[in-house]
Amino acid sequence: MRIVAVCGAGIGTSAILKVNAERALDRLGLSADVSASDLATVAVAAADAQVILTSTELAAAVRAALGRSFAEIIEVHNYFDVDEIGEKLEASIG
Amino acid sequence: MTLPSLPDSAIRVGAHASDWRGAVRAAGEALRRSGATRASYADRMIGVIEEFGAYVVVAPGLALAHARPGPDVLHGGLCVVTLVEPVAFGHPHNDPVHVVVGLAVSNAEEHVASVAALANAFNDPTVIDRLAAASTPDEVRALLGATARAGEPA
Repeated sequence: MRIVAVCGAGIGTSAILKVNAERALDRLGLSADVSASDLATVAVAAADAQVILTSTELAAAVRAALGRSFAEIIEVHNYFDVDEIGEKLEASIG
Repeated sequence: MTLPSLPDSAIRVGAHASDWRGAVRAAGEALRRSGATRASYADRMIGVIEEFGAYVVVAPGLALAHARPGPDVLHGGLCVVTLVEPVAFGHPHNDPVHVVVGLAVSNAEEHVASVAALANAFNDPTVIDRLAAASTPDEVRALLGATARAGEPA
């Protein structure tokens, strides 16, 4: 299982999303490889990913950058809310 | 996991900003004042939002302003600006913003530890409101578990 957290600059916000996604997976007892990426490199970073985590603001840009992909794009509202991230990940992969 | 130090010069409690650009500029000014960045970093943080939208509003009431590493980043740094009147960034869920955290990193690897420490502080959902209500730099540091100088106990 590969999960990619995506933000605009690849600094800061995607790293927060990665850290909190790992915490959410831990709580759920799921294991996955979570990496952080920016929009410019997401097509490569997410080539073999099943799930992409990003904000509502960036979801359309991520979808456009990916082109054809089977990865599910999950929109996270509150990057610090491990419960929200966990619920959305569980619905997707649990 | 430790946060970058948060000296008084990197904290502005009760700032006035008329819009999101003003709020980000206040964060840029705090980063410049603390010696982490040159003044141009503020424009680059604004540029990230102009290019990608308000995704930097990562939680209700909180913007994490940042830009890529660059020559105007003198060393990694963090700042906190609280706003007397909250401003809208244009985020569909998390507006209006009361607290702007500014982040500057000199390389992409360096920031992972400090971001993890930030995530620890903000995983408490009450922290953003308590930061917004803080009246001194000491209160801000206590809420984030940050120190005024590197290497000091929190």
